[in-house]
Amino acid sequence: MTAPFDMSDDSVVVVIGTGAGGGVLSNELAQKGISVVALEAGGRYLPDDYTNDEWDSFGQLAWVDARTTSGDWRVANDFSGLPAWIVKAVGGTTTHWAGASLRFQDHEWKAKTNYGPVEGANLLDWPIDGAEMAPYYEKAENKLGVTRTGGREGLPGCNNYKVFEKGATALGYKEVHTGRMAINSAENDGRSACQQTGFCFQGCKWGAKWSSAYTDIPRGEATGNLEVREHAHVMRIEHDDSGKVTGVVYKDKDGNEQMQKARIVCVAGNSIESPRLLLNSASSMYPDGLANSSGQVGRNYMRHMTGSVYAVFDKPVKMWRGTTMAGIVQDESRHDPSRGFVGGYELETLSLGLPFMAAFLDPGAWGREFTSALDGYENMAGMWIVGEDMPQESNRVTLNHDVTDQHGLPVANVHSDNHPNDIAMRNHAYQQGMAIYDAVGATRTFPTPPYPSTHNLGTNRMSENAGDGVVNRWGQAHDIENLFVSDGSQFTTGAAENPTLTIVALAIRQADRIADQMNKGNL
Amino acid sequence: MNNSTEKRQITRRALLKQATAAGAIAVVGSGFVAAPNAAWAMEVEYLQPTTMVTLIQMARDIYPHDHVADEFYVAAVKGYDSEASAEMIETGIAALDAAAQGNGFANYTDTKWERDRVDILRGIEDSAFFQTIRGGLVTGLYNQKAVWPAFGFEGESYSKGGYIDRGFDDINWI
Repeated sequence: MTAPFDMSDDSVVVVIGTGAGGGVLSNELAQKGISVVALEAGGRYLPDDYTNDEWDSFGQLAWVDARTTSGDWRVANDFSGLPAWIVKAVGGTTTHWAGASLRFQDHEWKAKTNYGPVEGANLLDWPIDGAEMAPYYEKAENKLGVTRTGGREGLPGCNNYKVFEKGATALGYKEVHTGRMAINSAENDGRSACQQTGFCFQGCKWGAKWSSAYTDIPRGEATGNLEVREHAHVMRIEHDDSGKVTGVVYKDKDGNEQMQKARIVCVAGNSIESPRLLLNSASSMYPDGLANSSGQVGRNYMRHMTGSVYAVFDKPVKMWRGTTMAGIVQDESRHDPSRGFVGGYELETLSLGLPFMAAFLDPGAWGREFTSALDGYENMAGMWIVGEDMPQESNRVTLNHDVTDQHGLPVANVHSDNHPNDIAMRNHAYQQGMAIYDAVGATRTFPTPPYPSTHNLGTNRMSENAGDGVVNRWGQAHDIENLFVSDGSQFTTGAAENPTLTIVALAIRQADRIADQMNKGNL
Repeated sequence: MNNSTEKRQITRRALLKQATAAGAIAVVGSGFVAAPNAAWAMEVEYLQPTTMVTLIQMARDIYPHDHVADEFYVAAVKGYDSEASAEMIETGIAALDAAAQGNGFANYTDTKWERDRVDILRGIEDSAFFQTIRGGLVTGLYNQKAVWPAFGFEGESYSKGGYIDRGFDDINWI
């Protein structure tokens, strides 16, 4: 059969979501000749549609369906209805991401072993390691065209990077460069080189930044084995009396309920929607939701320890000119408990336009302390902090039955409390980030609080033992053999690195596994 | 130029002659608010002119930028001159004036020092009214493309080919 597929065709693999996980998995399966129906809640936007305008782009791409928040994290106060800054569109958050593509460090695959007991943390070792992932990382780096890998050159340093680099080297940092980025430093794979336009978060109009929206998705479709249905919001996954999943029920673009049969279902809706879907799929056989015999669905929500440091100088920087994130200090990403915390963090350049700077520099602030900072906008440099946060059982995505979405389904509540380790690491990172800018003569620095989360992780975590997590080493549900999780929610721990490269590598690996098991008649 | 714009500009010139001061901004007769230097004028339909003047001053005191002209603050709050918002705004501004009186001033716009007006605002900053105005200004003020040059921000760059040949790495003091 070739696409489009019939609703009653129970030979297809249904993939829910088309981002770094679902988009890549869909294409990889399609390339192997496997029939795939990918259901995407959002519409399709391509480089010609993207706009160099922060709020207009947010309106075009962001997932703004109702959600609620709780916990002591500042996002719950500042952006109570917007726990996450992620995308609802074909390509998912790969349209919005900055492009940083870092492999996990070897010790991070075994956080429980290497960090030892951490009170209040639900640490666990991944059932896989760096050696097993290395070939998949290489495939992922080549797919994404990551700079400083595979013989590809690094990006040139923009103004924001030059300030960052000089301060970092003045402090004695050694691992300072323009990053390993899924942004072309030269024309590659039919896509343009970076034109230093800025607005990477708003979708790359040149296509220089990798996104599944204009790479894996159309390539999968070109095989005739992939059908992408846009504006298809999955409501629940159905199963038979044996407990195996049989298909999914979704609302189509006209608001009508549809039922797509499936041989295999792969969930890749991001770490908020994926557990929400499993919980909303509760049945008499699975009263706590699908794949939840461990009780871990929705738990161990991680968002990375984040924050930003901005600084004002006595001379212009014009940080918005050029790649939004193309500069990194990696020296602090090591595990070194002498700093007062386990795990590590990366410092990465970042810029925001004036509209988003006003919204995110110090949410809720007003008066001259705030406005004098914005008066220095042209002279401002900025960096983002991303570090490993601790999984906690009580940090979790649950169903909020008091609030329903436009389809009448209970929305996700996202609860997050900072772990003392997260706070100690953030304070250390603020101090180091401010010192970097002080070393180049900053007149004022700003330890800026976390934005709504872009790195949502861990809510269907991978575990060796079925009692500790939701999926096994292949992302396959411990409880249901033809149900897979294919996004960042399968992360056992978060590591210090931006997660997309690892999500892509896991999706490539999972596609191999699914094809192999289908060939052997096991799925 | 459409008729109403023409009428407003003609009327503005006439009305400015009889302007009465209210704070830094003038109420110019019935239904009009204008800059004393005639840089801009607006017609208010649903709000009292003095209410709009107070609201503009409040907006400037929340996000003061001395190099940003009043017209940008006007643009940020003029949407409140609507049937849907009028009651909320009149009630909120009345409470603001009452707070000013509680601090010993005749009303908010008659409070001459910014520090005294900020004290008054601190007293009401947890109110829904204050938070609505403040929250609206974050986009209402800073998302005006016309205000960006005052901060140096250059806006979209794709149509100009990005900055690859236009100074992405032109910093000269580092």
